[in-house]
Amino acid sequence: MTFKPVPAAVPEVSLGDAFVTTRADAVVNWARRNSLWPFPFGTACCAIEFMGTVSSMFDLSRFGAELVRFSPRQADLLLIAGTVTYKQAPILRRIYDQMLEPKWVIAAGACATSGGFYDCYCTVPGIDEIIPVDIYIAGCPPRPEAFIEAVYQLQQKIGTESVAARKAVGA
Amino acid sequence: MAKVVARPDLSFWESVYFIEIFKGLATTLGHAVRNLARPEGFQTLDYPEEQPRLPRDYRSQHRLMKRPDGESRCVACYMCSTACPARCISIVAEESPDHHIEKRPAKFEIDLLLCVFCGYCVEACPCDAIRMDTGKAVIVGDSRAGFVIDKAKLLDWNPADYPAEDLRSQEAPGGSRNAEARAALKSGTHH
Repeated sequence: MTFKPVPAAVPEVSLGDAFVTTRADAVVNWARRNSLWPFPFGTACCAIEFMGTVSSMFDLSRFGAELVRFSPRQADLLLIAGTVTYKQAPILRRIYDQMLEPKWVIAAGACATSGGFYDCYCTVPGIDEIIPVDIYIAGCPPRPEAFIEAVYQLQQKIGTESVAARKAVGA
Repeated sequence: MAKVVARPDLSFWESVYFIEIFKGLATTLGHAVRNLARPEGFQTLDYPEEQPRLPRDYRSQHRLMKRPDGESRCVACYMCSTACPARCISIVAEESPDHHIEKRPAKFEIDLLLCVFCGYCVEACPCDAIRMDTGKAVIVGDSRAGFVIDKAKLLDWNPADYPAEDLRSQEAPGGSRNAEARAALKSGTHH
């Protein structure tokens, strides 16, 4: 293995080969993105597709996100799969508030992302009305591959985040 | 009359309980060993590297079919947006420069997040202008605005991506037989 020559002004060079230096962001983001613990907020048929995604055929554990937790305290990925009504919305908001930072949100399917064809008095037209959403998935319901793609894109997004900067809620 | 369901008593070895647990574990371990010995028999689809095989008529992202001159076949009749249960298609019509055609879409937008992929727009279209056979079923993004696809994107498809023996794709103008249709247009046999 060859290394690029490092300018002598870089202080790490004086440490010799005994140390591996990196940025805190790189280490923390590596750990965060490879062990997402999802909380499935499954209210409709998209949740059935998510069951397929974590099962052996598609095996979401290849991306480190198969450990489904049903307690918001233990999860850091909120996965909304299904229709969210106005009666359900405060519950969803509370679950989001109960999750510890850092936390991310994936909205799956037509209902969760935009309300779909429920253009009516009782359905939230997209859950980004009440909580911030990182990744949207189109489909009714989306295929399991789309869930995998969403987790993958979220991993890319986590990789660009900084540990020092606090995520602004509602941004 | 109530049906009596027989509840057989457990045998001695079954009631010992641990033996049955280990028999279950042996089944799981057997599958694990069998898979390790024969990795090609894995059920798992290695998704990003290995793509799923979708049938040709699988309803996925939309595309607009073209006339021989490259224009959209759409005549802005609003049949699809009327049939759409999710009201995800928004069309603005304008006058067509072709005297044989009354209207054409100035704007044709589909919000893929609203779309429920029912295929009613394809059924409703009288001109075979819209199809849902692109095979693009994984539609993921980080902003809602990015899911609205416009006319240019709907018309941006390559005939080579569709199988040559697929008559539905290739015989219609816009497919790989576009050149024949264009020749017919020039010779005046096309109407």
